[in-house]
Amino acid sequence: MIAFNSFIILLAAFLVVFMQSAVNGVLGTQIDLLPALMVYTSLTAGPVMIAALALCSGLWFDSLSANPLGISVLPLLAIGFIILIRRELILRDQSYAQFVIGSTASLGAPLVTLGLLLTSGREPIVGWGTVWQLALMTIIGGAATPVFAKLFGFITHTFDYRTVSSTSFRSDREIRRGRN
Amino acid sequence: MFKKKRYIALAIVALVALVLLNLPANTSARLRLAISSPFVPLFGLSSVSQNVAGSTADLALSKSELIRQNNQLRAEIAQLKIQQAQSAEQVRENARLRQFVNWQTTRPWQMKLARVVVRDPANWWSTVQIDVGSQHGIKVNMTVVTPAGLIGRVSAVGTYRSQVTLLGDPNCKVAAVVLNGAGEAGVIGNASPLDRSMVELGYLPPTASLKPNQDVVTSGLGGIFPRGIPIGKVVDSRQVEFGIATEARVKLSASLGAVDEVWVILQ
Repeated sequence: MIAFNSFIILLAAFLVVFMQSAVNGVLGTQIDLLPALMVYTSLTAGPVMIAALALCSGLWFDSLSANPLGISVLPLLAIGFIILIRRELILRDQSYAQFVIGSTASLGAPLVTLGLLLTSGREPIVGWGTVWQLALMTIIGGAATPVFAKLFGFITHTFDYRTVSSTSFRSDREIRRGRN
Repeated sequence: MFKKKRYIALAIVALVALVLLNLPANTSARLRLAISSPFVPLFGLSSVSQNVAGSTADLALSKSELIRQNNQLRAEIAQLKIQQAQSAEQVRENARLRQFVNWQTTRPWQMKLARVVVRDPANWWSTVQIDVGSQHGIKVNMTVVTPAGLIGRVSAVGTYRSQVTLLGDPNCKVAAVVLNGAGEAGVIGNASPLDRSMVELGYLPPTASLKPNQDVVTSGLGGIFPRGIPIGKVVDSRQVEFGIATEARVKLSASLGAVDEVWVILQ
């Protein structure tokens, strides 16, 4: 079932990147849903899955963009890692907690990417309009995180094996009746 | 925590990302095309669905609307035929005059039609990918236009796909001239992050007399873009750098956000 979950998350990342490059942006902004997906993954999966998602989705994103190849991997990995080491303290089942973490990640990922681009000597299109783009990405990314959680929860529930209910019967406490 | 075996995966991915960032440009470009190749069937599917949607919309057009459009097109064709006859005469006259002064004749452009298949998913670049590549004779730095005007240049070429850097992207500077009689020349620079149809025209002389709606075309300087391709119209201008230069805002003729088909100038 872990393999199935991993497949579903990677498939979702693939489709998210495709949608971002096939559809025109909202109000002058291309919405990046990968940080939201990474938040969901880091709240529910292990480090190997986080690493796989960061690598695959970051490379897919960069391959369709003019970004230097691999630059989107690092912010996604950082988000996944930070949440992973603190996730026992997070109310991961609560929608508002998911929203807050998703918003923070959706703001942090593009900021880190921009920082990496600027420090590597690139000249991205940045201006006052970028503030608006970041704000929109933060809100939509935050809203997308609980949606991802609900969606993947539904898919997992649908395809997962039914949980076997445990009984109170214990064989070592069985009272043996008979002549012996 | 890092002692745990499973965290090694995170470290390996970080290392891979750093290695990829430091790859040579050619290797990186090849790898980029290889990684993006799984998307090709999806883009094909998307293009087919767009065509089907377009055909369905065509079916809904009424006969009277078709007749009206047909009449309008006939009128346009008649007008264009007259203009073509006039320009053919001008071409002949131009060729005669060039022969008199021994000037090299300009050859007509050879163009290749291409369809836009990918838009840049990042907010800080302005690029698209088109469905023609080196297999179709495309090379880096070829000019890309639409019937409305210039849109950019080819910045990377794969076998079947190429990346086009659009006007307004920091990696697509264009030497331009304002058609205002004085022929003031400048450089088309960055676009606004929100409005990609508005670009800056910088490095103009401080005495430049720019007025709204003056045409801006390529100047031919720089060796990449041929001369005379429409870029856009001047919106407004202002003095910058303490009055030592003038900067203008130019509204692009071609709509970059809605471009679906482009022409690549091969020669």
